[in-house]
Amino acid sequence: MRTLPRRLAVAIIVAAIVVFLSIKLNAFRDFQIAEIATEVTAVAGLTVLTGLSGQISLGNGAFMAIGAYATALVLIHLNWPFYLVLVIAAAVTAVAGAVVGVAAARLRGPYLAGATLLLGVSLPSLALAYPGFFGGEQGLNVVFNTPAFLGVNFPLTRWQAWVSSLVALIVLVLLANLDRSRIGRNWRAVRDNDVAAALDGINVAAARVRAFVVSAVCAGLAGALLAIVTGLVAPGGFTITLSIALLTAAVIGGLGSLAGALWGSLVIVLVPVYVTDVATSHGLSSSVGANIPIAAYGVVLILVMLVFPHGIQGGLLRLISAFTGPGQKSRIRRTAPTRHVTPSADQAPASQHEKEGTS
Amino acid sequence: MVEFLQFTLSGVVFGMIYAAIALSLVLIWRGTRLLNFAQGGMAMLTTYVAIEVIYKTNSYWAGFVVALAAGLILGAVSELTVVRPTVGKPELNSVIVTIGLLILIEGLAGIFFGGGYRSFPAAFSVTGLRVGGTPLGVSRSDVFTTAAVLATTLILALLFRYTTAGLRMRAAAFNATIAQLSGIRVARVLTVGWALAGLLGALAGVLVSPSTFLYPNSMDAIFVLGFTAAVIGGLDSPAGAVVGGLLLGLALSYAGGYWNSSLTSLVALGILVAVLMIRPNGLFASARMRRV
Amino acid sequence: MKKSQRLRWQAAAIMTAAALGVAACSSSSSSSASSASSSNAALTASAPGITATTITIGSHQPLTGPAAPGYSEIAPASNAYFQYVNAHGGIYGRKIVYKYLDDAYDPTKTASVVRQLVLQDGVYAIFNGLGTPTHLAAVSFLNSEKVPDVFVASGCECWNAPTTYPETFGWQLDYISEGKILGQYIAQHFKGEKIGYFYQNDEFGQDGVKGLNDEIPASSVVSKQSYVTTNVNIGPQVAALRASGAKVIVAYSIPAFTALLKLGMLKLGYNPTLVVSDVGSDPITLSGLLEAFAKQGGATVNGNQLTNGIITDEYLPALSSSDSWYTLFKMIHDQYEPKAPLDGNFFYGMAVAYTFVQAMLKAGRNPTRASLLSAIEGGLPQGPMVAPFAYSSTNHLGVTGAYMGTIQNGVVVQQGSVLTTTTDATSPITPYTGTEEQAPASGIPSP
Repeated sequence: MRTLPRRLAVAIIVAAIVVFLSIKLNAFRDFQIAEIATEVTAVAGLTVLTGLSGQISLGNGAFMAIGAYATALVLIHLNWPFYLVLVIAAAVTAVAGAVVGVAAARLRGPYLAGATLLLGVSLPSLALAYPGFFGGEQGLNVVFNTPAFLGVNFPLTRWQAWVSSLVALIVLVLLANLDRSRIGRNWRAVRDNDVAAALDGINVAAARVRAFVVSAVCAGLAGALLAIVTGLVAPGGFTITLSIALLTAAVIGGLGSLAGALWGSLVIVLVPVYVTDVATSHGLSSSVGANIPIAAYGVVLILVMLVFPHGIQGGLLRLISAFTGPGQKSRIRRTAPTRHVTPSADQAPASQHEKEGTS
Repeated sequence: MVEFLQFTLSGVVFGMIYAAIALSLVLIWRGTRLLNFAQGGMAMLTTYVAIEVIYKTNSYWAGFVVALAAGLILGAVSELTVVRPTVGKPELNSVIVTIGLLILIEGLAGIFFGGGYRSFPAAFSVTGLRVGGTPLGVSRSDVFTTAAVLATTLILALLFRYTTAGLRMRAAAFNATIAQLSGIRVARVLTVGWALAGLLGALAGVLVSPSTFLYPNSMDAIFVLGFTAAVIGGLDSPAGAVVGGLLLGLALSYAGGYWNSSLTSLVALGILVAVLMIRPNGLFASARMRRV
Repeated sequence: MKKSQRLRWQAAAIMTAAALGVAACSSSSSSSASSASSSNAALTASAPGITATTITIGSHQPLTGPAAPGYSEIAPASNAYFQYVNAHGGIYGRKIVYKYLDDAYDPTKTASVVRQLVLQDGVYAIFNGLGTPTHLAAVSFLNSEKVPDVFVASGCECWNAPTTYPETFGWQLDYISEGKILGQYIAQHFKGEKIGYFYQNDEFGQDGVKGLNDEIPASSVVSKQSYVTTNVNIGPQVAALRASGAKVIVAYSIPAFTALLKLGMLKLGYNPTLVVSDVGSDPITLSGLLEAFAKQGGATVNGNQLTNGIITDEYLPALSSSDSWYTLFKMIHDQYEPKAPLDGNFFYGMAVAYTFVQAMLKAGRNPTRASLLSAIEGGLPQGPMVAPFAYSSTNHLGVTGAYMGTIQNGVVVQQGSVLTTTTDATSPITPYTGTEEQAPASGIPSP
């Protein structure tokens, strides 16, 4: 997507499709549209963080929790209109993202993964420790109604689908702009070789923190959407499973690609439901029947990764380039940062101390 | 004072479990530069195998040995089937693949063994030891746990240092290309590394399951803390894994005892952040910082 | 280049639509209300989820995930009772179809599956939704959609809100009333002793403590230790309880943590009297958790020995062959779910299903959603419960009381009469003088 007008055009087309579908499909599908839009918002932020700036995060669920709790608390105590609440949620998570980004600026690879994993695991326990304010394990109720101008009969699920999709599309357009801007280019430079980037005059630390802030804001907005769509903000909804699902969606869809964020979100929202339906329609007993979708989901993850190493978007691009022939600039390199190889001395300086170590 | 002693001793015991998981992660990291997110799940599966053996044969030690053997096999099989194809592909693919493996293992465990709690026996008596009249807060089983993890660590250390197999593994980790040119079958070495990691995970599973009861998700929390311990100690350092595990176990025990048991995971986060601020590659990191 | 890029994005947009469209077309939905069949003119499709031949109800249950052990048995047990009823004439000839979906105890997932059940599968009612934080994610939606939300599997008093949640009804003994009953027993039988609390740090444990505090004098309580289910190392809490010198520990804990408490006490050589909430005291579950440790030291020690002497409360009859309900449920268990353990959770599942069948029979030959609500609010017979229900248009709370008992040889032995109370801090705890019902010979309640 080269220019802003083109991106806006695509966004408007997609918005029209969403409105059409939300009217044609039943209320439960509207709810699923809202769910998908929520996931896309969060996954898009994560794919930018991990794919474009090369920083792995296993804790974006924590930012979603921050956004969701901020939304619930503002709605309960201040009762502001929703667009203002979104701004607050974005602001709060931006601060949180900056704090985490600064703390994480020096961390790389698995160390960053470990720190963000623990962040995702431990942050929701704050709600349990201060139940008076955060509602404890039962959480906080969120009330969200259709606005008066739509009339009494407008289904709430459709309105939720519209609001979520609108936020998701705005976020996607903004991220696409960032992607193509100098900021995005700096991210990719830092990701590919931070020493060279620094020598080139790029402020590496600032770029990395900026990426964290952006991904945190996306996750915070997604958290706000989650709050209004499900109606309850409780620690049980922000387990480590959520953070891992976000990363899984980003990689499965195609890391670093915004379209990939959409594919990945579709997979993680629709595949488990589909497999559950298949299992229950075969009348399997509860313990087996409930676990088959889980095992199947694991198999899907493994297979997709083995068959489409660059995710669904990478696979689609290959398909399209097969049809449209040579002369295509390959976009795959944008999405594939470091390659994993068996270690050698320059990648594992620790090994140089092999002789002194015990094993 | 007695309380402090009890907290310390129970912290050491849990710390040893985290150390075992941390060690298995370090083994895999050093050998293959991969993070194995399925480590906890694999430990859970081998523990289920152990409980089935224990009930059939009425012998704890038979189950113990079978669990360790199953760990070896499961580690090797995982590496060969699921992880090997991700070599040469983007880094995060192996993360997603091991996450997929974890989810698959948990689903399979639910299908074949049911979702209910299984009671897992301890190696020895669980009644507490006493000094004089004061209970120490640890049992003979806990002492065995600590000893078993330390002994396994020592055996592995000796294996790496003094045997040719160990030398081959260190060579492959140092520089795979040169090792291959020297005639070392690097691929086989990687499989052996994963197998040993599987054994360590199986050991952790068998030792901790008496305290957590066995069910498909029982090792999830333990894995997170084991991973944290590995990161605290430095993913390249086995000594770091043990130290990280002990540090974490003790800190969480004191935090749970003196402060608030709901906040122990935040305490863990605090320790991790504190350590990584000072040493971004862990306590025992030997990588030099590149400052530009 | 530009052209093909546009092509790519348009292709992407179209694929989006296609994917959503495929999603809309795939995953079948179960039968929605159809027109009346010609075979039985009297039965009509009188409400969503009701056809001439079926009644479809839904539920959300933790079938997988950390909360699944134990709780995942409840829905299959209810389903076993429904199948028995279906095989013996059903409800005025209609079969009950029980569709329970997994929410893994995650409120976000609960919101999703409940909407699927109501909006896509068109269920008549949501039955026995399990869990307090999970059900809280569903209750507003169900009430705004006017879907009956009956017999929630949680002891929170929040389900008793007939003005805000008219569709929602509790069933089990709520935690505050239970705390009062336990507290009064302790205050009477352990006067002057030091009491310690060990409770789960959520609404279950906190409500229980509220009830206990209504009856136990504050000066007697020397230690209050809480735990969270994510941290199994409760050694520090047990050490703190021991250091406080408590002679009686009241445990508002789930079975796993009751067992861990017992093991922790063994480790410290600490042996106070244990009073445990009904939620965490099922003797069969506890023995199962402790059995591996009972085999220690070579001697074949009975797992039950570790549970002997535990004091608890029960609102369902004891699982002993002298009880008519146990005989009935065991017969159905052996026929429909023989592999499942016949323990407290299974009994619970069957008992709540029995109450639902009573309610449906009372709702009429062609029930509507409103007629189910008025059937319950008109009062229901107590069925297997040891104390009466108090359902009315102003009271949607569950059963009103329980009896105290001691676990001996794996069975709860009743001590004293059934006691009833309300959630009010000052309301009295009175013995219930009525008789308990016997199980009907046919196994199906009379209309």
